Amino acid sequence: MARFNEANLATALEIVGRYPRAKSATIPLLHLAQEQDGWVTDDAMEHIAELTGTTPAQVLGTCSFYEMFKREPVGRYLVNICTNISCQIMGGEELLHHAEESLGIKAGSTTPDGLFTIEDVECIAACTEAPCLQVNYRYFHKISNEEFDDVIADLRAGRRSDEIPPHGTLARTRQHIPADRAAGTADPAGVPEPVWLSAHADAAEGEKG
Amino acid sequence: MAVTDAPKIITSRFDLDDGHTLARYEATGGYQGLKAALARPPAGVVEEVKSASLLGRGGAGFPAGVKWGFCPPGVFPRYLVVNGDESEPGTYKDRLLMERDPHQLIEGVLIACYAVGCSQAFLYVRGEMALAQERIAQALNDAYAAGHIGKNIHGSDFSVDVVLHWGAGAYIVGEETALIESLEGNRGMPRLKPPFFPAAKGLYLQPTIVNNVETLSNLPWILTNGAAAFSALGAENSKGTRIFAVSGHVKKPGVYEVEFGVTTFRDLLYAPVYGGGIRHDHALKAFIPGGASAPWLYPEHLDVPLEAATVGKLGTMLGSGAVVVFDETTDMVKACHRLVRFFARESCGKCTPCREGTSWLEKILERIIDGHGRPEDLNLLLDVCDNISVGMNWPPKQTTICPLGQSATSPIASAITRFRDEFEAYVGGPAEITVEVKGPAFVGPVREEVAADA
Repeated sequence: MARFNEANLATALEIVGRYPRAKSATIPLLHLAQEQDGWVTDDAMEHIAELTGTTPAQVLGTCSFYEMFKREPVGRYLVNICTNISCQIMGGEELLHHAEESLGIKAGSTTPDGLFTIEDVECIAACTEAPCLQVNYRYFHKISNEEFDDVIADLRAGRRSDEIPPHGTLARTRQHIPADRAAGTADPAGVPEPVWLSAHADAAEGEKG
Repeated sequence: MAVTDAPKIITSRFDLDDGHTLARYEATGGYQGLKAALARPPAGVVEEVKSASLLGRGGAGFPAGVKWGFCPPGVFPRYLVVNGDESEPGTYKDRLLMERDPHQLIEGVLIACYAVGCSQAFLYVRGEMALAQERIAQALNDAYAAGHIGKNIHGSDFSVDVVLHWGAGAYIVGEETALIESLEGNRGMPRLKPPFFPAAKGLYLQPTIVNNVETLSNLPWILTNGAAAFSALGAENSKGTRIFAVSGHVKKPGVYEVEFGVTTFRDLLYAPVYGGGIRHDHALKAFIPGGASAPWLYPEHLDVPLEAATVGKLGTMLGSGAVVVFDETTDMVKACHRLVRFFARESCGKCTPCREGTSWLEKILERIIDGHGRPEDLNLLLDVCDNISVGMNWPPKQTTICPLGQSATSPIASAITRFRDEFEAYVGGPAEITVEVKGPAFVGPVREEVAADA
């Protein structure tokens, strides 16, 4: 496990093809690896290095900078509770403590059954809906302790799986640029002045005059 | 009071259940701005946006049309990068614009690419925003199929691909040069300016325009209705409308599009159509006017208009339109600690004053809250701040490549100068302060004088 499977390899190649330089696909491919395996494995990083023309060390260097990439397994559901300013003053820290007690783990750890990981996170842009949290990056706004327990019970019972995919899956809709509509990537070393600029150059002079 | 009946320029589809679909977008005037743009030469579109005086809505507030003009002539390809990495604490607007009206953003991207002559666009969405990513992916797929994006758009000679890209959790990537590093597949660490001003040397060292989501979302309306209609709204230096997220201790926290430059903080916090007053009718203690990085304001500033230059004169900023309200029950030492913890966690580690300074500030504040603080810690905090941000002015003096470290000093300088007694209660005695805090936001007389002017 952990190199891209056949379907994901095809997706990976399509993603790489959208960028003028393959290395730009590093973060999208790390997300794809995490979607496949639930976390980012060493084998996946080696495969990404091959696909982007870099080295595994460079991929690891990028991977380790970003909070969302997990280099060891986490729960099927990642519960991110915001305690930043707008949530803090509206009960975010109390919500975090409730979650820790309710699940019997501290922030940053995973329940023994591998279902839930709790994280104490920074602002997730739902400030007017404090206190808020995300489960696998799906939002829950103005959430009370009781509502928190209900969500956890639902997830344990296998409900809400339509709404919340397993950890690693972000957008379930992918961009696909149809070949007959594509304008093409813009190679930094080889694209001249766009035709719509040069064609209008005289007209623009005229307008100014 | 200046609650005006200005039209909703960018949130007009927020209340529609299907405002994110192509069908609804086209049925409500969608892609007409692009059509109007394509009927004119690109230079004419740039002039239109310049004369609208559209200020960037990401935080720095630089005029968008002027920024476009910084691309060196004759150097191609040019790129457009959309900054959708919204993560400044308190800020909640770009996510909504991406989730609820993705076509409006895409149309803005296309207008900008046409005007500037960008050969490819990258739409960088924050990693944690799964719904925004889904909505934009669908919108892009639909817009390609309908001929709005790609080769020979609307049958013209204008061709551009828009690529959806998303991040993976790093506040610093909201800084434009860090965003470019990240888009190149690297750790998101800012680049030194000069020489790496994106308009000159940006993505792949080519001329690159980095524009915020809200900024670009204004373009369809401007091109459809004209710059004159846009600049008829607002005040002298702040035209059009702006989105403000009012969070914290108000009765009606919410995301409000208001007329820029005219509406005041009092309107925003107290008017029934906006914040509706302080919760439980408590007294207002303080508010952050423009995101976690901004120095704080107080009840005496309520009548200041939401106008960029006026708020700038107070020594703070409107930043990203994030207003966080504290009522009289708020523990300002704890609030200060939480804000500083954020900056310490998010420092990328490239520059010493920020990397070392923010983590020491966090540790000192932590021991104060845990009851182990000493009276001399107040001066120590300010001394560390002074080493990261000389004099603690806003905008800050540059000691590092980007302003993240200096931002961490804003809550400390604000909290200690205004709520020194709360710190002294924690550390168990009066503190002697010798470090001079120079920023006008922290110095009473200057602050009052500017408020009187406003």
